[in-house]
Amino acid sequence: MEHFFAMGGYGAYIWPAYGASFLGLAAMIWSSLRSYSRAKRQLRELECEAPS
Amino acid sequence: MSERGQSLGWTTLFEFANPKRFMDVTGAIIPWLAALTAITIGAGLYLAFFVVPPDYQQGDTVKIMFIHVPAAIVAMMAYVAIAVASLFGLVNRHPLADVAAKTAAPLGAVFTALALITGSLWGRPMWGTYWVWDARLTSFLILLFLYLGYIALWNAIEDEVRAARAAAILALVGVVDVVIVKYSVEWWSTLHQGESIMRPGAIAPIFEWPLFLMMGGYGALFFLLWIIRIRTEILERRARALLRRMGEV
Repeated sequence: MEHFFAMGGYGAYIWPAYGASFLGLAAMIWSSLRSYSRAKRQLRELECEAPS
Repeated sequence: MSERGQSLGWTTLFEFANPKRFMDVTGAIIPWLAALTAITIGAGLYLAFFVVPPDYQQGDTVKIMFIHVPAAIVAMMAYVAIAVASLFGLVNRHPLADVAAKTAAPLGAVFTALALITGSLWGRPMWGTYWVWDARLTSFLILLFLYLGYIALWNAIEDEVRAARAAAILALVGVVDVVIVKYSVEWWSTLHQGESIMRPGAIAPIFEWPLFLMMGGYGALFFLLWIIRIRTEILERRARALLRRMGEV
């Protein structure tokens, strides 16, 4: 296990690279989905109020 | 749909560019694209960490390639997508083209930043430095500034039509930088390695599998989030139109 995390002595570069990528992609997914669901909810509420 | 559009055979594209049609088609695509993203990235990571051996020159740092190269390629692809959409927005005045260009920018900016960060963390152990001001790295940093400038321009101009036009012109001018990024490793001497992905035999097959899977995964994720962001914008515009109509009643 320790061997795995050491990454042949390059763990100090490999893990931050993967960590940063994970954070970047996760933030992008999270913010996209959050605005998407907010827009859906807002439109649904307006459609309920709107006289058709 | 314009007459000119039809005569050029753009009919299907313009049908797709109809917001209602766009919503229908992309709504059906989203779950598949999400599954494709999860499977390719999952398989790519598995191969990268449990199957691929250390490179004989680069050791385990070759693992950084699997997230660096896909991020860089998607960053450039996204910029080209913005430029093409901007051109359509300028020439055909299609509002969905402007929306497509606008929504791709934050995604492209993130991929650009990730390519810079991972590249820097790869450069330190392999080149002995996090950063050099050579053509490839500098032009890629400029790509990040182009993205940020593009986003700032959209936010700075209140009138949407004018903002779209100004941003589109910036996006088209910026294409020069993408060309420089692409050919920088051929035109100038650099620490960065040359083009190897399209060159058969340049990368050992064992490294190609996780690399291509991650490229597919990053690309699929970009398209997935791009679609979701365009849909968000369409829904917001519908809500605004509805509000206006309610105000008139």
